[in-house]
Amino acid sequence: MPEVTPGETGNGVQIDLISGARMEGLTSMEKIRLILDGVRDGNIVVLEEGLSPDEESKLIEVTMTEISPDEFNGIEIETYPQTGGGNKGFLGRLMGKESNKKLTVIGPANQIETLHKDENLISALVSRK
Amino acid sequence: MWFLHTPLHDTHREAREARMGLFTDLRDSISRAVDRMFSDSEPKRIGIYGPPNAGKTTLANRIARDWTGDAVGPESHIPHETRRARRKENVEIERNGKTVNIDIVDTPGVTTKVDYKEFLEHDMEKDDAVRRSREATEGVAEAMHWLREDVDGVIYVLDSTEDPFTQVNTMLIGIIESQDLPVLIFANKTDLDDSNVQRIANAFPQHETVPLSALEGNNMDEVYGKIAEYFG
Repeated sequence: MPEVTPGETGNGVQIDLISGARMEGLTSMEKIRLILDGVRDGNIVVLEEGLSPDEESKLIEVTMTEISPDEFNGIEIETYPQTGGGNKGFLGRLMGKESNKKLTVIGPANQIETLHKDENLISALVSRK
Repeated sequence: MWFLHTPLHDTHREAREARMGLFTDLRDSISRAVDRMFSDSEPKRIGIYGPPNAGKTTLANRIARDWTGDAVGPESHIPHETRRARRKENVEIERNGKTVNIDIVDTPGVTTKVDYKEFLEHDMEKDDAVRRSREATEGVAEAMHWLREDVDGVIYVLDSTEDPFTQVNTMLIGIIESQDLPVLIFANKTDLDDSNVQRIANAFPQHETVPLSALEGNNMDEVYGKIAEYFG
């Protein structure tokens, strides 16, 4: 498959699949910047291991500060819901029994639309800019 | 005795000050946590969270009117009517001979996107719609900040006629759980025909779901009983 450089995607939609290893060494704000920079360029960002709840909270906060009329409406984000009545409590998290790892899809709100979502399936429609 | 003002002394002093600063920060942090856990005299700050149009302000007003006679803020069917977190202090709720003192914090509905064009559908001029959307985004950012820093418990309000399996609900419940905050889920709008409380209970089985209609005042006895039980 011939490789295209960023910016040469033409009518297509660029999808960035970011591995857990790539995110591992980054600080929370670096992760958020990496995601939002991609999304603001019109890309769909897929995180292999997702974000921690605290990072998700900051992602919402930073996204809100960047919304601008007719330019950026925010993000659509999808992860699978926690299953199995999941709150393992403070001790469980302290002992490392709870994992935050969950595949996460993030895209520009005006380009990605969730069609269906349940505990083990996310179906989304992605459109061009 | 005079000390030579050398970089070495500066380095030692800076290191000592840094250690002192860390110690002070740690002591303050522990002190705040202990105060939060054991203080009965200070009212608990209970944040009312949820997606836009779930009925958070209607609930906040219902609670405030029932126990203080005052309202918290205006209610509206237009999304993002509440664009600033509003606090109603010292709401004393009496249940089973016990008085629970809380501050109610009504927060803007949390979302990951705001498009001013949605407000144009509510007969709003473009300038007003743009201003409302800008205030809404600031309000959501503020609500997230309150959640991380300034609330002691959460009432999560959902519209029981809507599908609870949304990303905002999943993320918010996850964030609340990660903060180890006590949380009650209120399935609001039970007065509407297509209300489905069980769907909410099934979506978040790890938490207690309380049905109510904040607008009609239905099931408020149980609501106040649970608030006293969880946040008292």
